Amino acid sequence: MKYIPVTPAERERMLRSIGVGSVDDLFRDIPAEVRLRGPLDLPAAMPDPDLLAHLRKLADRNADCDRLTCFLGAGAYDHFVPSTVPHLALKPEFLTAYTPYQAELMQGELQAIFEYQTLMCELTAMDVANASMYDGASATGEAASMAADLTKRAQVLVSTAVHPEYRRVLRTFTSHLRVSVEDLPTRDGVTTPQAVREALTDDTAALIIQSPNFFGCLEEGEALAALAHARGALLVVVIADPICLGLIQPPGEAGADIVTGEGQPLGNALNFGGPYLGMIATREAFIRRLPGRLVGRTVDTEGRPGYVLTLQTREQHIRRARATSNICTNESLNALIAAVYLSTLGRQGIQDVAELNARKAHYARQRIAALPGYRIAFPAPTFHEFVVRCPVDPEEINRRLLAHRILGGLPLGRFYPELRDCWLLCVTESRTREEIDQLVGYLEAMQ
Amino acid sequence: MYPKELRYSKEHEWAKVEGTRVRIGITKFAADRLSDVVYVELPTVGSEVTFMQTFGVVESVKAVSDLYAPVSGKVVEINAAVVEKPEIINTDPHGAAWMLVVDPKDPGELRQLMDADAYMALIGEQRS
Amino acid sequence: MSAPARTSGPAAATPLSKRPVPIIFERGASGRVGYSLPPSDVPAVPLDAIIPAAHRRARPAALPEVSELDVVRHYTALSRRNYSIDEGFYPLGSCTMKYNPKINEDAARQPGFARLHPYQPEELVQGALQLLWELEHDLAEISGMDRVTFQPAAGAHGEMTALLMLGKYFEERGERRTTVVVPDSAHGTNPASAAIAGYQVVEVKSDRRGNIDLEMLKAALTPQVAALMLTNPNTLGLFEEQILEVARAVHNVGAQLYLDGANFNAILGITRPGDQGFDVMHFNLHKTFTTPHGGGGPGAGAVGVRAHLVPYLPVPTIEREGQRFTFDDDRPKTIGKIRAFYGNFGNLVRAYTYIRTMGAVGLREASETAVLNANYMLSRLRDHFDLPYDRICKHEFVLSGRRQRDRHHVTTKDMAKRLLDYGFHSPTIYFPLIVEEAIMIEPTETESVQTLDAFIEAMIAIAREAETDPEIVRQAPHETPVTRLDDVAAARKPVLRWRP
Repeated sequence: MKYIPVTPAERERMLRSIGVGSVDDLFRDIPAEVRLRGPLDLPAAMPDPDLLAHLRKLADRNADCDRLTCFLGAGAYDHFVPSTVPHLALKPEFLTAYTPYQAELMQGELQAIFEYQTLMCELTAMDVANASMYDGASATGEAASMAADLTKRAQVLVSTAVHPEYRRVLRTFTSHLRVSVEDLPTRDGVTTPQAVREALTDDTAALIIQSPNFFGCLEEGEALAALAHARGALLVVVIADPICLGLIQPPGEAGADIVTGEGQPLGNALNFGGPYLGMIATREAFIRRLPGRLVGRTVDTEGRPGYVLTLQTREQHIRRARATSNICTNESLNALIAAVYLSTLGRQGIQDVAELNARKAHYARQRIAALPGYRIAFPAPTFHEFVVRCPVDPEEINRRLLAHRILGGLPLGRFYPELRDCWLLCVTESRTREEIDQLVGYLEAMQ
Repeated sequence: MYPKELRYSKEHEWAKVEGTRVRIGITKFAADRLSDVVYVELPTVGSEVTFMQTFGVVESVKAVSDLYAPVSGKVVEINAAVVEKPEIINTDPHGAAWMLVVDPKDPGELRQLMDADAYMALIGEQRS
Repeated sequence: MSAPARTSGPAAATPLSKRPVPIIFERGASGRVGYSLPPSDVPAVPLDAIIPAAHRRARPAALPEVSELDVVRHYTALSRRNYSIDEGFYPLGSCTMKYNPKINEDAARQPGFARLHPYQPEELVQGALQLLWELEHDLAEISGMDRVTFQPAAGAHGEMTALLMLGKYFEERGERRTTVVVPDSAHGTNPASAAIAGYQVVEVKSDRRGNIDLEMLKAALTPQVAALMLTNPNTLGLFEEQILEVARAVHNVGAQLYLDGANFNAILGITRPGDQGFDVMHFNLHKTFTTPHGGGGPGAGAVGVRAHLVPYLPVPTIEREGQRFTFDDDRPKTIGKIRAFYGNFGNLVRAYTYIRTMGAVGLREASETAVLNANYMLSRLRDHFDLPYDRICKHEFVLSGRRQRDRHHVTTKDMAKRLLDYGFHSPTIYFPLIVEEAIMIEPTETESVQTLDAFIEAMIAIAREAETDPEIVRQAPHETPVTRLDDVAAARKPVLRWRP
């Protein structure tokens, strides 16, 4: 078998060295009652050519975003991935490497992640970013727990304009801790200072907002930060698509104490929901309460610069039950992918791609707003997603668009019953004007 | 090695009576076991500490240890030098690396601490 | 100092590149670009009309300004300062660093999988749902569990998921259970996950044979205990011989038995946790099932449950009706969600491909060979290092560097660093915590006996060096791109980002 190199002769030699007669003898200490008598009931082993054919058939049974024109966002985004990304980040020296605990042997990985941490700090304008969490939703759950610990308070406020799945995960994460989660209503698609003011208490550890939010609208981060801070609470800002930070004011400059987010848009494939890239960043003062791995700079015995995993006493393998988090394996490769993406785009590229997103989405928004029967649901400025109130059930719109190989936006009824006629449309730099015009044409025809 | 004028707790803190106040630090045994100290977190001046309850943490590369108050009282001074350069805990744990000065609530608590001989016997046992 | 003699066996690994790599921010030049994007094809409109200035960045993010070739050279240079499985042996106990098959990569990277948006309607992703459904079925069969969720992104994530499910299970029964029991050999994620899930943690000692102490366990099993978390084989590489009595004792107080599946590579096709009495477990698909470690992740930490815990699984589950596969979100007793979407799908494709490659016979052969390899290495190393538990091991074993430390003041850390000079990654060290100067070695089945022999010879040579030339070990590594790094300085004044 191609992955198991031992030959019968070698097996005999090894058994002799061990001093047993057969391989079975090595399993003597397993109680007979639980030793399997026959083989597992699994499909027979498939030789490579057959297996590839089988996998191809399975893949063909899916309609992917190479074959469909994607106007769907809502937490996972179809962006252009430069060729450098797969050719570099998926090199076997990165792909098949272990966690860099033996730092002297892994300076490549450690330096790449140190650079990734730096890139995230630059994008978000925060002091320190970690080496990745599982995804944006779980990172937000951990941020709530971090805020509760830092403030020694037990309540978290979360805007209902934060991604519904993130809010669900937040509740699951805090369900058995002494942390309660309270939803904040929105008005006109944004979180209002009034709602925040009314909801804040002296037991509020954190206010959690997303900007641009799930409806695509930009939130008034600075105003909300001031309210939270006045009451001794921290502001957590969620970033669902960090490409927006090529254009939008970074949360670190708007008073955020903790920033979480989803790094999938930075060069990572859609991959049917994972593996993705949880981002978490914070202020210098909160470093020791940050979950996850951190790469730090140091020197070797000759004074040469080098990198190590540091502040490991926060983590599970040392602190065990008192760790800041239980996270061990993270999403390191996805962070490396993001680093290659951001290095490739660079200072100018991230601005250009962000601007393309904003301009194309704005064009689509204007054209749809001009269609009779369709209304833009919320007046706030948006980045690359916006909500449309439709004259036809959005589920039906999507069905008809599929006939033209278009993957339409997210019908909001599934998460917001009061917005059953609403449709969350996403336009990235990957959509051409022609594709947008075609979409608008089909929408116009559906009244 | 272990100054006679200090009192010692089983959690390896020392307490030094200075008139109406008590100065607090950790012992050489604790410092040696941690090895290179990288970080110390102390309470703020004005806060309360409670006998045998935690008042902070001390951290090395491989471990984090809680600090337990050998007396109850109000914190009147903290040692900025040890926060700034935690490594002095390894070089001078009973002197320059003091951590807090406390205004004690119940000086009787000091009687529950050990003298230098008893402490050395305790750590002698722990070493073997 | 002189280079170590390369012993016989396969050619020593290519030395890693010693040339330092400038930080990427110091490469390039102002105005240099590495990307190619089309100009905007929509009518020009002032940006202010789209996003008001107050919402826009005042200063651009200081990302690098490099050409595409700069980027390529940078990451290529970094890759040459990285050890990897494709490069050489990684005898890391508890990590199962077996070969990551290339066909798995081809499978996962197909656009038909990689270019799927998670919110695409069900009818457009039937192939993906079928794969998930079949993988669930495979893992259930392999483990003796009834159902499996793929949401957890890693083992620790799976542990937390399982413990939250147990919380709901007991809540429904009106039982207030506040404690989780772990053996003293438990992996750090076990108590950490228990704490995250809101439990107190109680530790029970291991006995002289390396099993959990049954009498002490029974004493710890009060009606407040929600679960005992075990690894089996345990982190000493030893099978819990009294597992059936342990399971009985746990169930007798109404608690649940959890398996940390990190060591599954020892038992594929040989025994099943479900048959041993485990109620719930996590799999590390990035260990036993070959998905690549990626320098620290992503993993995939599927959780398997017996029938009584199925109602609490995260949503959605994947169901089958004839030839149709669907999402089931309508599960009133679910714990909710522990991540957005469905799981690390890309890695699930890899694990599926591996299981289809191996089949039942191949999986069993993998475990048998993993255990054979470990016992062979143990038989040849046991005279040179202290052996805390003298038993047949499973897929990994634990030695102690105590002898070298006490006689020659050479620690396990020193010897681990010296192994780097011999071209090998070190084994796991200082874990489990119950063995002083622990050295945990796991060869896996994908290594040839020639590789094992070369490693054994290196270990023996280093044990000898500890006696005859201890300084060379204490100052190791010498041959790596950097010498021993100062992690004390790193932690004292942490520098966690580059600054100009």
